[in-house]
Amino acid sequence: MTEPDSSAPDAPQPQVANLELKALLLLLLTLALVAGSVLYVLYARGAFEQTQRLILVAEDSEGVGVGMDLTFSGFAIGRVQRIELADDGNARILIDVPLKDARWLRTSSIFTLVRGLVGNTNIRAHSGILSDPPLPDGAVRAVLRGDIGAEIPRVVGAVRDLTENLAALTAKDAPLAQSLVQAQAMVERINGSGGALSLLLGSEDKARALTGTLLRSNELIDRGNALLARLDGLVARADAQVFGPEGLLPETRAGVLQLNAMLGEARTSLKRVDGLLQEAQGVASNVRVATTDLGSLRGEVESSLRKVDGLINEINRKWPFARDTEIRLP
Amino acid sequence: MSTALLPQTLGRILVGRALGLWRALFLAAQVLVLVLTPGSYDRRARAALAQRVYLDTAPILLWFTLLAALLSLVLTRIVVVTALSYGLSQYALQMVIRVLVLELIPLTAALFVALRLTLAHGVDLRALRLGGEMERLRALGREPLRELVLPRVLAGVFATLTLAALSCVVASLLAYLAVYGFTLAGLDGYTRVFGQVFNPAVSLIFLLKTLFLSLAVSLIPMVAALQDGTRRSVRSSAEMRALVYMFVAIVLLEGVSLVGNYY
Repeated sequence: MTEPDSSAPDAPQPQVANLELKALLLLLLTLALVAGSVLYVLYARGAFEQTQRLILVAEDSEGVGVGMDLTFSGFAIGRVQRIELADDGNARILIDVPLKDARWLRTSSIFTLVRGLVGNTNIRAHSGILSDPPLPDGAVRAVLRGDIGAEIPRVVGAVRDLTENLAALTAKDAPLAQSLVQAQAMVERINGSGGALSLLLGSEDKARALTGTLLRSNELIDRGNALLARLDGLVARADAQVFGPEGLLPETRAGVLQLNAMLGEARTSLKRVDGLLQEAQGVASNVRVATTDLGSLRGEVESSLRKVDGLINEINRKWPFARDTEIRLP
Repeated sequence: MSTALLPQTLGRILVGRALGLWRALFLAAQVLVLVLTPGSYDRRARAALAQRVYLDTAPILLWFTLLAALLSLVLTRIVVVTALSYGLSQYALQMVIRVLVLELIPLTAALFVALRLTLAHGVDLRALRLGGEMERLRALGREPLRELVLPRVLAGVFATLTLAALSCVVASLLAYLAVYGFTLAGLDGYTRVFGQVFNPAVSLIFLLKTLFLSLAVSLIPMVAALQDGTRRSVRSSAEMRALVYMFVAIVLLEGVSLVGNYY
């Protein structure tokens, strides 16, 4: 260990002042760079964040990759940590949401998985009511899928059906074309001599007959009008008879007045009868009292008669001419 | 006669190549064991190491960083403008980070260190070996691998890692500035994109790739210098061979890392 420097194996190197210190600084610089980079990557991976777990259940996890963002209003608030296949065949997307961003997720939040034509699939969260209770840790939510790529075949199929229908509609022997031809024929007939009537009734003869009928009904209507004019005169005369100064109605009114007077007299007569009846009622009540007196009188008469009867019987018994009242049986 | 000799010659060549490769790998493993042995870092070795590391890395650090910054600026600009013209600007940043930080800068750093530093180390070492330095050290009871090879290998590895780390940081900063401008408002989004690109698998592959690139550019010239013949006439072909082997190794590493990252 005490060998002179001249025995150093390397070719002679230029001497540098404070070499060891500079080498140490260089080493420290490298270590700091590496350690700083590692720490930054760890920070960027979210290793120093408190997170809560959110599990999204999707039918199809195509396009979803580990490390993908969950966005809310365009801001990334979570990151896909794992994707696994559940027992029921659905894909479970496990997302870590930092606690400071978890407040954007509510129990009423909706999650969508949208795949664009070009580029990434996006997982988005929508929270309509931010006053709802916050989403608990480990919540499981179904994710709605909006897939433009998957929609295209459906849309293309629908468009093809539509064009086929259109082609069928516009074909030469299609019902629509035939209808148009018939409509044209109809218009021609309407413009013809028979007019629209011949179209409705089928032939010009019938149209002509209908026209004749219409003319005759016109005559009928004229005669009806004349009849109505005569009827009018009749009604006017009847009016004069009934309501005129010598008519039926004024006389009837006078009769009614007389009847009223007679009724008034009848009412006074009835009042008098009423007074008579009241007197008769008084007589009748007197008679009733007299009748009760007669009852007691009859009782007394009866008891007197019984006494007389008893007396006669007594006399008969005591009388020597008393008869033997017993009947002797042989 | 030639038809009978051909398979024989071919076989000999193949066996020779395989043996050469095996010896090279064995030598590389020996050096690696020395790198990992604490006994290699005694006081005198540390001094030599510090000198070697500082003198090799410090002069090229600034130049390479400037070069990488220029390359980053140009590439970032191209990517951002192209993405904008296709209406895909939201993917520009991710692409810049992937292209520059993940792929190009470690590779450039490794190539730069190889051309500027380790190939020259190989030439030095070969000259020392041919000058009988190794035998002299062995006669003194010292280990020539430890004294001659280890500092050069470590200096190459250290230079590659430092250059790559510094340039990656500079490139990331420049990419941020190119996309967002002089504002801190984009920092959150930038950090998020950075986190998305550097998932655990990609980060691991990135670290391993950079490490193996640095080992490849540092070890292969050393091994080639220790292995080739003693004649002076083969010197140029030996350097060329080292260069070719190194490029093959770099291409293989890149290929493996690309497969790991994108499949």
